Amino acid sequence: MAEPVLAVDRLEKAFGALKATNGVSLDLRPGEIHALIGPNGAGKSTLINQIAGALAPDAGTIRFLGRDVTALSTAARARLGLARTFQVSSLLPDFSALRNIMLAAQARQGSSLRFLRPVLSDRTLTEPAMAILARVGLTARADVPAAELSHGERRQLEIAVALAMQPKAFLLDEPMAGMGPEGSKTLTAFLDGLRQEAPILLVEHDMDAVFALADRVSVLVYGQVIASGSVAEIRSDPEVRRAYLGDAA
Amino acid sequence: MSPREKAATLALLALLPAAALAALLLGETFYITLATRIAVLALAAVGLNIALGLGGLVSFGHAAFFGLGGYAAGVLATNAFNAEPLAFGLAGTTSMPAISLVAVLLCGLVALPIGLVSLRTSGVYFIMITLAFAQMIYYFAISWPAYGGEDGLSIYVRNAFPGVETAKPFSFFVLVFALLLAALALFHRLQASRFGAALEASRQNPVRLAALGISPFSIRLVAFVLSAMVTGLAGALFADLNRFVSPSMLSWHMSGELIVLVILGGKGRLAGPLAGAALYVAFEHVLGGLTERWQFFLGLVLLAVVFLARGGLIGLLAGRPRHG
Ligand SMILES: Nc1ncnc2c1ncn2[C@@H]1O[C@H](COP(=O)(O)OP(=O)(O)OP(=O)(O)O)[C@@H](O)[C@H]1O
Ligand SMILES: [Mg+2]
Repeated sequence: MAEPVLAVDRLEKAFGALKATNGVSLDLRPGEIHALIGPNGAGKSTLINQIAGALAPDAGTIRFLGRDVTALSTAARARLGLARTFQVSSLLPDFSALRNIMLAAQARQGSSLRFLRPVLSDRTLTEPAMAILARVGLTARADVPAAELSHGERRQLEIAVALAMQPKAFLLDEPMAGMGPEGSKTLTAFLDGLRQEAPILLVEHDMDAVFALADRVSVLVYGQVIASGSVAEIRSDPEVRRAYLGDAA
Repeated sequence: MSPREKAATLALLALLPAAALAALLLGETFYITLATRIAVLALAAVGLNIALGLGGLVSFGHAAFFGLGGYAAGVLATNAFNAEPLAFGLAGTTSMPAISLVAVLLCGLVALPIGLVSLRTSGVYFIMITLAFAQMIYYFAISWPAYGGEDGLSIYVRNAFPGVETAKPFSFFVLVFALLLAALALFHRLQASRFGAALEASRQNPVRLAALGISPFSIRLVAFVLSAMVTGLAGALFADLNRFVSPSMLSWHMSGELIVLVILGGKGRLAGPLAGAALYVAFEHVLGGLTERWQFFLGLVLLAVVFLARGGLIGLLAGRPRHG
């Protein structure tokens, strides 16, 4: 079996008495979509935040591309190739959609300590950014400040920014949230193709999307992984049905 | 930049030398000095505008750099005047290019540790720590009798710049204005550059910037140091303009004044510091002639700016900023 791109080992994180992450181990292999599902407050975003480096775990390790990254900053992990999207869109509100993506391209190219050349005429930034806008269908909105985009467009821009980083793994925290049935369908098709570029750890409540996309599913409840397996295994797992899926399965 | 902002910027840039020239032709030396004061304060505020306007870093300690620049000029000139060597066998000097260089480098060197410490915090703590550092330097200057202590330090002869008769008010104005133009050009390039994009991103959403792989801390540190260097240059010119430097240049009043200039003019806008400095000096001069309490009225204007015109004077003239 191929070496995992990302491996989380016995991770723990408590907020006071609440164990938001309670001994979580999981991994992400090349070319796969690994879905992470679970009820509200199960600790999915908390786990994503620890993998991305926004939260420090109390115990456990995170390995990325064979390296222990547990002590690295968010920025250092991103530079290694870890791209995350946020459950609540987190963009640069004053910058246009295009400039949001250009900054990701700039970050990927390396040094931001370049002081004189104007970015807006830098084709090594504008061209890849325009190409990505076209891929997510936002070309017509290139010059609109992120703050003025619709909710759905901001969700698309989140993905576009992650794409521009050309990462080695995606961490997507509820990319479908609030997208509507049409938007979800389009995005599902899009993510289906994306796994070839880099594997995806996908947190999602939209079960149609999860069942259509996931190579593997892990179920998180009260900070613990209660089940992990193929879509068919998870759908038929009685404990999962009781804890989370209910009628959706 | 929108065409309207470009027009407003060029108009402001034309107005100041036009006023100074008119004063020269009318023989009103005082007004040339006033125009020079505007240009120097604007230069100091251009420096702060890098940190505060682009980076959103509310430094309440930029008087430290303004004052250090001033003391660099004062101390070097005094030692040259008395023909006393400085420490480490260095001689004093009355050459403005040399003094400016010392002022800029000194401020960069001092800003580095201050930034390293203060940029670990944010919000109110950042404001307080920058204030604390500046006050430390202020009290040091007050208790340093060799260079005037509380009374300050006079510069007997205006320092020299090759090819410029600095003693003539209009020549000195032209020199200061040229440096202001250079700083504005630098600010403009900086804002449009990769560094500027990262810096403005660190203001808008540091979490996003880090998630892209750019450390907000290092970007802010570089911005803080650059910002201090520009303000330090202005401090050296301010000392030369007044032929005097005192601890008041280092005091928290001065830090507050610089923040007021930037916010009044429009933070993050190219011509904001110039607009702010012009308005401030006009207020000081016109209202200050009528009433001791001119700062009360300045306070009212500031309230109006904060509540009615977030973008400051430039915002009123040129509308909201455009980020391309
Ligand atoms: N910074 C924090 N401080 C204290 N408690 C927190 C913090 N962040 C999250 N929590 C708590 O930890 C638990 C897990 O939250 P988390 O956001 O990870 O859940 P989630 O699985 O992402 O839920 P959702 O599906 O609603 O997004 C919740 O009970 C939440 O209230
Ligand atoms: Mg969540």
